[in-house]
Amino acid sequence: MISRRDFLQVGMAASAIVGASGFGNWARLAAQQSLTQDQLLEFDTFGNVSLIHVTDIHGQLKPIYFREPSINIGVGGGKGVAPHVTGSDFRKLYGIADGSPSHYALSSGDFSSLAQTYGRVGGLDRVATVIKAIRADRPDAILLDGGDTWHGSYTCLKTQGQDMVNVMNALAPDAMTFHWEFTLGSDRVAELVEQLPFAALGQNIFDAEWDEPTELFPPYKMFERGGTKIAVIGQAFPYMPIANPGWMFPEYAFGIRDEHMAAMVKEVRAAGAECVVVLSHNGFDVDKKMASVVPGIDVILSGHTHDALPEPVQVGDTIIVPSGSNGKFVSRVDLDIRDGRMMGYRTKLIPIFSDVIAPDAEVAALIDEQRAPYLAEMLEVVGQTDSLLYRRGNFNGTWDDLICDALLSERDAEIALSPGVRWGPSLVPGQDITREDIFGVTSMSYGQAYRSEMTGEFLKVVLEDVADNIFNPDPYYQQGGDMVRTGGLGYRIDVSKPQGERISNMTLVKTGEAIDPAKSYVVAGWASVNEDTEGPQIWDVVESHIRKLGTVTVQDNTNVDVVGV
Amino acid sequence: MELTRRKILAIGSGTFALASFTGLPAFASLTDDAIAALTGGAEIGEGAVVLTAPEIAENGNTVPVKVEAPGAVSITLYADGNPVPNVATFNFGPLSASRSASTRIRLAATQNVVAIAKMEDGSFQMAKANVKVTIGGCGG
Repeated sequence: MISRRDFLQVGMAASAIVGASGFGNWARLAAQQSLTQDQLLEFDTFGNVSLIHVTDIHGQLKPIYFREPSINIGVGGGKGVAPHVTGSDFRKLYGIADGSPSHYALSSGDFSSLAQTYGRVGGLDRVATVIKAIRADRPDAILLDGGDTWHGSYTCLKTQGQDMVNVMNALAPDAMTFHWEFTLGSDRVAELVEQLPFAALGQNIFDAEWDEPTELFPPYKMFERGGTKIAVIGQAFPYMPIANPGWMFPEYAFGIRDEHMAAMVKEVRAAGAECVVVLSHNGFDVDKKMASVVPGIDVILSGHTHDALPEPVQVGDTIIVPSGSNGKFVSRVDLDIRDGRMMGYRTKLIPIFSDVIAPDAEVAALIDEQRAPYLAEMLEVVGQTDSLLYRRGNFNGTWDDLICDALLSERDAEIALSPGVRWGPSLVPGQDITREDIFGVTSMSYGQAYRSEMTGEFLKVVLEDVADNIFNPDPYYQQGGDMVRTGGLGYRIDVSKPQGERISNMTLVKTGEAIDPAKSYVVAGWASVNEDTEGPQIWDVVESHIRKLGTVTVQDNTNVDVVGV
Repeated sequence: MELTRRKILAIGSGTFALASFTGLPAFASLTDDAIAALTGGAEIGEGAVVLTAPEIAENGNTVPVKVEAPGAVSITLYADGNPVPNVATFNFGPLSASRSASTRIRLAATQNVVAIAKMEDGSFQMAKANVKVTIGGCGG
């Protein structure tokens, strides 16, 4: 068998020969003709069990553009290994040719040009087509939703997740786990979960008062498929009350709880499970560590950190399958389960090229039905963009820069802070910016844009604290987001240092002066986890700013100096 | 494909251990003093105590911790970043079915929770967990 090292070298050689090829508008038709639905779905059915994984859809019912990150720094055991490899390094690692469909789907680089070639990605009507095709191959395939489904769009916010529940129900998942869903508030979550025709799982969702498992979210579900028993254990996002407003769901406690996970694995094995699947919203690095400390897990379907890898990562006897975000990918995982264990696997990360995969008519109609009451207000054009607007990356993306500029000018602040979330579709140069697009990168149940004063010292504490949530070398201390985005504030970050020593050279960009720890600065931000945050909604702030600009041009952001990589 | 890649992906969980103990507050020496007073300076072993605490506290004012040490006559908990590090001592009699206890403690800042168990033979065992108290981040 070809070793990993050989594989890497083959990959590098292949991409060096192919080199960079220019793609323009003209190439789009050719690309679509050369790429077929059959090719994308092609799969040599394997073993006796199939899993289908979707995760982190973030309310994206319709096809969108989504640029993958160019900066995704790994620390500790994650340093320099997938998914902490980006752009051309990623393509070399996996032997992906520059300019190819996989380049566009999986890695950053030439995004705007390739977007013209390959078009939009995702759309749950296309996802439905793929799921139906897999079920045609394997009628008893298990469809699993990794969560972050009921959040992230105009209609999702207005219907409090009902649009997503209605459409996902049509896809008939077998189980789901959770993260942003809880920001709908615990009453609404309970109301929606109670009407789900499938299992709502979370072995780490506990009652906060008694620190006991809950009835609403059982830890696992057993499935009898392909002549064997498969246990699916749910793992919700561990740091919900810390990364999101805990006051919205005070009844629940979370955490990684790997001892409880180990107990659940033992319990399902004792109950006859021959295969143990964890449907996880841990984030990729946390999943890797969990696989190394909890014995007996065969497959971790990994969500939260929005990574998409063309092949699973193996830790011990566990394979970890991350399936991207925003409806851009569907993972198919075929398993050979015999004699009480997983004998082998075959996986495919299927990119949902929306121009290539035919929409499922029934689901397309259902999606349009959800959108119809809001269509006019959603599609209202607010402005245009000359620049690629994207978010993904450890530091500021252009969407974030635009949002920070909006906060600085609309809220008359010296410094702006914007959360380092990983959701939000991209816009390519020349596109209209609609109200729906603004909601795609801002919608949430706690979107108030605050304006307050913070001392230089406190600002440093904030930056250090968030940096440690990303760059702590122990994945169990990572929360899976990116660095808080700053406007009007420059800084240097040494990712190799411990908390308290990473941030230096904090500068007020406007004047070039060093930030004075003792001085107070006017700071505007949004998405505070504190209750009773006051201010206009961030989408209104951004809309007002874009209307004044007319056409948006975002310059390169050079205010963050990253060292120690 | 058979499962053959385990050698290549060496994820040493040991590589993470050191980094968790950075930035210890000055109160740590108070804990050392208290532990020395308890043990009389005896050598302290590891491995017989299981201390369960969250990696990151959801609420620093009430952090659930559980400690278990089969064969212990007493277990003492310390929070080495609190102004007063002594948290609690649990005593177990010969008829105690399990030598475990759960409680909730208040942690002023990111710090270590330390459990020292006095065993039936008079020896001491310990376990330590780093609990991070954070102002909150941003979810993916």
